Amino acid sequence: MTRVVIEGLSRTVDGRMHLEEIDLCLEPGSFTVLLGATNAGKTSLLRVIAGLDAPTSGSVRLEDAGGEPVVPPRDALAMVYQEFVNYPSLTVFENIAAPLRARGQYKKDELERRVRAAAERFELDGLLERLPAELSGGQQQRTALARAMIKEADVVLLDEPLANLDYKLREGLRNEIAATFDRQSTTVVYASTDPVEALWFGHRTAVLHEGRLLQQGEARAVYDAPADECVARAVSDPPMNVWTAHSSEGDELAVLAGLVLPCPTHLSGLSTGAVRLGLRAHRLRLEPRDVFDVSIPSELELAEVTGSETTLHVRNGSTRFLGQVEGVHRIERATPLDLFFDPADLFAFDAGGGLLAAPHSRGDD
Amino acid sequence: MATIELSGICHRYPGTPDFALQPTDVTCEDGQTYALLGPSGCGKTTLLGTISGLLRPAAGRVLFDGRDVTQLETRQRNVAQVFQFPVVYDTMSVYDNLAFPLRNRWLAPQDVDERVRAIAVLLDLDTDLKRRARGLPADAKQRVALGRGLVREDVAAVLLDEPLTAVDPKTKWELRSKLREVHAELAPTLIYVTHDQNEALTVADRVFVMNAGRIVQEGTPQELFEHPAHTFVARFIGSPGMNIVACELAGASVRVAGRAFSLNERAAALGARGSAELGVRPELARLGEQAVPDSHAARVVRVEDFGRHRIVTVDLGGERFAVKVADGLLPREGTSLWLSLPAEHIRLFANGEALR
Amino acid sequence: MSPHAKPRNERAWFLVLPVCVLVAFNALIPLMTVVNYSVQDIVSPDQRVFVGWEWFKSVLRDPELHAAFGRQVLFSVVVLAIELPLGLSVALCLPRGPGGSTWQASLCTVLIAMPLLVPWNVVGTIWQVFARTDIGLGGAVLTKLGVDYNYALDPVHAWGTVVVMDVWHWTPLVVLLCYAGLRAIPETYYGAAAVDGASRWAVFRYIELPRLSGVLTIGVLLRFMDSFVIYTEPFVLTGGGPGSSTTFLSQHLSTLAVGQFDLGRASAFSLIYFLPILIVCYVFYTLMTREERS
Repeated sequence: MTRVVIEGLSRTVDGRMHLEEIDLCLEPGSFTVLLGATNAGKTSLLRVIAGLDAPTSGSVRLEDAGGEPVVPPRDALAMVYQEFVNYPSLTVFENIAAPLRARGQYKKDELERRVRAAAERFELDGLLERLPAELSGGQQQRTALARAMIKEADVVLLDEPLANLDYKLREGLRNEIAATFDRQSTTVVYASTDPVEALWFGHRTAVLHEGRLLQQGEARAVYDAPADECVARAVSDPPMNVWTAHSSEGDELAVLAGLVLPCPTHLSGLSTGAVRLGLRAHRLRLEPRDVFDVSIPSELELAEVTGSETTLHVRNGSTRFLGQVEGVHRIERATPLDLFFDPADLFAFDAGGGLLAAPHSRGDD
Repeated sequence: MATIELSGICHRYPGTPDFALQPTDVTCEDGQTYALLGPSGCGKTTLLGTISGLLRPAAGRVLFDGRDVTQLETRQRNVAQVFQFPVVYDTMSVYDNLAFPLRNRWLAPQDVDERVRAIAVLLDLDTDLKRRARGLPADAKQRVALGRGLVREDVAAVLLDEPLTAVDPKTKWELRSKLREVHAELAPTLIYVTHDQNEALTVADRVFVMNAGRIVQEGTPQELFEHPAHTFVARFIGSPGMNIVACELAGASVRVAGRAFSLNERAAALGARGSAELGVRPELARLGEQAVPDSHAARVVRVEDFGRHRIVTVDLGGERFAVKVADGLLPREGTSLWLSLPAEHIRLFANGEALR
Repeated sequence: MSPHAKPRNERAWFLVLPVCVLVAFNALIPLMTVVNYSVQDIVSPDQRVFVGWEWFKSVLRDPELHAAFGRQVLFSVVVLAIELPLGLSVALCLPRGPGGSTWQASLCTVLIAMPLLVPWNVVGTIWQVFARTDIGLGGAVLTKLGVDYNYALDPVHAWGTVVVMDVWHWTPLVVLLCYAGLRAIPETYYGAAAVDGASRWAVFRYIELPRLSGVLTIGVLLRFMDSFVIYTEPFVLTGGGPGSSTTFLSQHLSTLAVGQFDLGRASAFSLIYFLPILIVCYVFYTLMTREERS
């Protein structure tokens, strides 16, 4: 049971700020998804937690349940990287056994039993005698995960472990990660660019942007009420559309080219003036759902299939935005489209990007 | 541009017992975009190699517009290929890179210049023409590689071998969009190899789904999604893939774990009986709190939150269904919900093949 | 008390200490000794006179040294001009099986690497025997062909023999470097070149040569440094003769230091000798790192 306490942590490299004043407390047994775009500082933070890099100021402490420091900290940690890092000259068996051998902890039989159990969990049973080079990408990452698991570390750091895998493999391995590290009393930090992973693991999330921690909390709560535009983009997949609009005394909103809509009730408190409106891509539809829907005349640039959905890259005048609709659709480029949405789904942000109002969560009603 | 025909092409790598590519017939019509889609090791890159000539097939013939090119070297085939990792000639400028295939074929300098500039404009490389290719970012390098393929007017087909692997995920869509734009402009025969369903379905007009050295289905993206010919395709396309469960066919209805669901007229007309497999897409199955005709109570075993929707896994007498649920329904694990399978969305398979 | 406050802790210095000691004994102390000698006239073990720059001035005015320096530069240039193109050509001819090494490639590599395994003085001896006109294979054949060959008497012949010997000894190094460089070029590049209709020459000029620039730079650097300090082989083969036609810098130096026991001059000479090597290494190093950065 280990708690990770990060206080006022900053790291500067060659005058460039990689991490800035980060305060974060990871409770024993918690599962935290660090969410952020590439170069947001996720890897930097994990490396500092792992003790691989030194902070410029501030500190990282590993404490046990009673608040006593864990010594030595490195034994309490395991890390899995985005790239498939294994010992190239060792078999899968020896790769998994490496942390136990290094500690000289178990007798031969016990060691073998543990390695086989870990291998089984990650479906590596038949591959124990192979070398990493003879494995597929998914299997290599499974080996790295099995090695992290067998160490029975109190703190497991996972740096985008699924990023280099395609989505079918990702689905399977995500389940195994959840099953493995959830049931142990392990403190897990999982870095990801994919907000779906943050929600899917369903615990806490911390959103990083340009080295700063923007928001932390329950993943669903952050998703439903992102603190600002930046967080809203990071926790929405595809990124949330944000448009500049003009509000008239909370009655009407003028958005995009020639679109004026009645102000929905949750935005009735807006004062007159400029406002930023956010809309998640999946709230746009090809057909109106009911009489409350308003339409945006637009032109299609690309219909991109993503899983079982089609992401529409569209344009209204010079404004580009994204829509996402169910199913696989083939729409030719440059086709004029009317996209529909319900104004009740709009987020409102102030000029500085801070959240003014969020739509009522549909998740819990 | 040409129509490309492969007849009875197969290939086995030396020292391996199995065919990497089973005898295959493929026709790619002039000016269309095709994708070869399948997991790694399914034979798609081998198939592409036989078209480009980088690989000599063990048997079969390759025809470009009816002309047999099976024995011709790559250089003589007039194909263009873009590889997984961007290949640019480091020491040359972007201009010289684009001009390279033309100069190798001794085109007049003014023609070279005209073609290079036209392609550079199309691929947004016109401002980078003087730059050294080495310093470009990965997506620009890949555009240069694509440009070298498109710069030749006489090219029979442009082959793309997982061209977006090295490109930053955030800029992938731009390159895909560019590819569609280029295709609308120049209409080359495009053959795109990928293991990524999204990419294949986004880029191609028609997709060949491959598995274990053979083509399991050819069709438009929508056909593959809605009418998979094989359970492999049903699971492979879509995220999550189609639910496939064992069922008992009884004429106009189908029983899953003893519960009957009605079939639509077309499926009923098949009059099939006996054991089979039933498939239904997670987004097309329905879950409700109220019983409706043709629905059965199913126990909720898992709820996964994806933000914009939830995937609810239910257990119906031992068979599991994943159902995509939009807003408004927040089931708890262990409770019961009413599962219905709309007749028009039920797909039937026997021995993995679709019943038609 | 944070366990991460000093991840780069003091213990790291202890790990570097042996290296520091080694470098001190290996390089710094001998170098300082040489500096010490170069500014003094040691008349006897107890009697030393500080002479300042005198030894340096005298050495730089020495016509013998000028001649040896000229020969040295010429030798290095000639040897580089032969070994690099030759090594590259041989490497290009070696079999490169797609996707891995073949037994032919392994065999070729071993055979080519053989001269590198021969000790330097043995190389000299081998060639001394090989070039003899009575019993040496090379010398005898040349004589049979009607060439009035005698490396012990004719300075041109002596030069030719020393150069050929060096080429024999060191070209394999260039071959191995280039071969490793060539093997590292992904198959995709050749595929792309075939698709683009590139000729064999174009493949060499635009793919292989640019990709080899790194190893070629290393090759030039290594071969320059080695050839500039060449000593053993020509010493064994020709002893620096006939006359002083194959006396290179290092031999000239050793004659000064060991032969005439002129320690002050020899030390000043050593330090001067050190300079060109240092400069060339520095230039190449900056070139190489700049290549990598861009």
